[in-house]
Amino acid sequence: MAYNCVVLIKQVPDTKRITGEAMNDDGTVNRGALPAIFNPEDLNALELALEIKDKFGGKVTAIAMGLPAASTVLREALYRGADEAILVTDRRCAASDTLATSYILSCAVKKLDYDIVLCGRQAIDGDTAQVGPQLAEKLNIPQITYVEELISLEKNVITAKRNIGNGWQEVKCKLPVLLTVIDEANEPRVSVAKRLMKYKKARTPVEIQMQIKNDNPGASEDEIEQLAAMKTKELEEKGLLVKQWDLDYIKADLQWCGRDGSPTKVHRIQSVVLTARESKTIEPSENGIADMIHELISDKTIS
Amino acid sequence: MISVNPKGEVWVFAEQHEGKLEDIGLELLGRARTLGDQLGVKVGAVLIGDEIKGLTEKLCHYGADKVYILEHPLLEHYQANSYGKVIYDLVHKYEPQIMIYGASPCGRDLAPRVASAIKAGLTADCTDLQIGDHETKDKVYKNLLLQIRPAFGGNIIATIINYDRWPQMATVREGVMPMPEAMTARKHEVITEKVHLTNDDLPLEILNEHKREKKVNLKASRIVVSGGAGVGSKENFRLIWDLANALGGAPGATRAAVDLGFIDRDHQVGQTGTTVRPSLYIAIGISGAIQHQAGMSDSQKIIAINNDPQAPIFDVAHYKIVGDLNEIVPKMIKAIKARV
Repeated sequence: MAYNCVVLIKQVPDTKRITGEAMNDDGTVNRGALPAIFNPEDLNALELALEIKDKFGGKVTAIAMGLPAASTVLREALYRGADEAILVTDRRCAASDTLATSYILSCAVKKLDYDIVLCGRQAIDGDTAQVGPQLAEKLNIPQITYVEELISLEKNVITAKRNIGNGWQEVKCKLPVLLTVIDEANEPRVSVAKRLMKYKKARTPVEIQMQIKNDNPGASEDEIEQLAAMKTKELEEKGLLVKQWDLDYIKADLQWCGRDGSPTKVHRIQSVVLTARESKTIEPSENGIADMIHELISDKTIS
Repeated sequence: MISVNPKGEVWVFAEQHEGKLEDIGLELLGRARTLGDQLGVKVGAVLIGDEIKGLTEKLCHYGADKVYILEHPLLEHYQANSYGKVIYDLVHKYEPQIMIYGASPCGRDLAPRVASAIKAGLTADCTDLQIGDHETKDKVYKNLLLQIRPAFGGNIIATIINYDRWPQMATVREGVMPMPEAMTARKHEVITEKVHLTNDDLPLEILNEHKREKKVNLKASRIVVSGGAGVGSKENFRLIWDLANALGGAPGATRAAVDLGFIDRDHQVGQTGTTVRPSLYIAIGISGAIQHQAGMSDSQKIIAINNDPQAPIFDVAHYKIVGDLNEIVPKMIKAIKARV
């Protein structure tokens, strides 16, 4: 029995690699200066979906919501084995909090035929782990969070082991279900060379249009559109089109999207200003260290 | 969502497992008490389970004015759907202005599901909660919950508010808020709610559960010796263990060191790990990202050892040692053994 999986992936700034150059003068982070990567635990979610496909058959669809540049992670998903990639992009998505994001994603997922929805536990730019459970609620399906192992899948019933912090739990549930996957679950496969060669040519309609504009500097708007339409059709026939959906296409109600759809707002952003404490500099010599230890023993810090 | 309701109470989800209250709920009651007093409203604890009446008194001792108790055999074991449903009903009935959850595996599974159903906001892993005003171009919103958390890899501190779609909800990690003193003389008011659930509200079947003891009790340790990525390898992390042993302390680590496999995740100190307030905290090979500082900066004394004199950890340290940890740590162990 085959199962269709939808994997939600996110392109995130590599927050582990923030350096001085990535900071603005006012202390905020210049996202543009950071390398953008495939959110690590979303790779574990994709891997689990691919394992399900390898074992039971079915289709793996990857969805990313974000700027047009997020097509990069969708291509990566195709290299690794996803069958279809969809970019949800729309200016009106901007400033969405986790609630608005989960609403928009739910509108996209509802357009697909799915048995299992998979997300990484959390994205490294916010670490909230909220979108998974919120999306499950919006889809009105149960959730199994912190999945560390898929135990069995038969007759539309899934059994999985979830990490509960100080232990684990084995749970069973009827499909459809949403899983959030943790990094301990598996070792994500790397890109397959043959797929990489094929799918590096995959493009979204926006990318096709930009390419044609660049290649035909003197062309009129109409001509560009015509050429883009041809190219889009050509890529679609070859299975190389990364679909691009906007809020109208997924029939999202705008009152629940973007800034208006987000109950949480930013009151203030402070760059991290550390107030230096009164402190002693200790010489890294035997005497310096022995004196410090002595001081800590006399004031009973060390007993 | 519910409308803005400045008379609404401040609520805490009082997590219990197998009839035992988790510390996190009691810690949150301490802060909820402060927030409630500032706002001039009552503090409520929401207690869900089966045969849990015996727990209500303790919740009042730790700061609740009232306990809303939801008892039902189908609520014996936690599930996001069933617990989420009864909280949804309760919130719509009483319209609290604030609801705080522990950022425990259970709270992080439950709170977003509830927030989505209510269509309310939720801020994860707050390191502080305060009351304050928010000004926009044309309006001042008074007495909002300021939900403060490091964001974006710890490079900024964001204060999040929620001024139009209430309740204002947040999760907080265990240990972030200090445990309040129990006041056994406090009045004890219990409100028993009717529960309407069917088996359809329990989509999961829990087949098996295994709990293990945490490998370390960082919260209870007077001395914590932590290593970061700068320690270099799992083998070299032996130094951290040795120093901790020499001091009778517990070994801790940064998230980076845990991610690199130097030590088990139970040892992680910081925003997404354990928050500690020991008498002495020794930070070794730790640069001092704000998420790490969020979990240790309240320590009474801090020693930092790093070869980079610019490392931010030195800004919170009482004793700064610039140099090679591989030389300094053995000297410390030697000095301790000589004295003790």
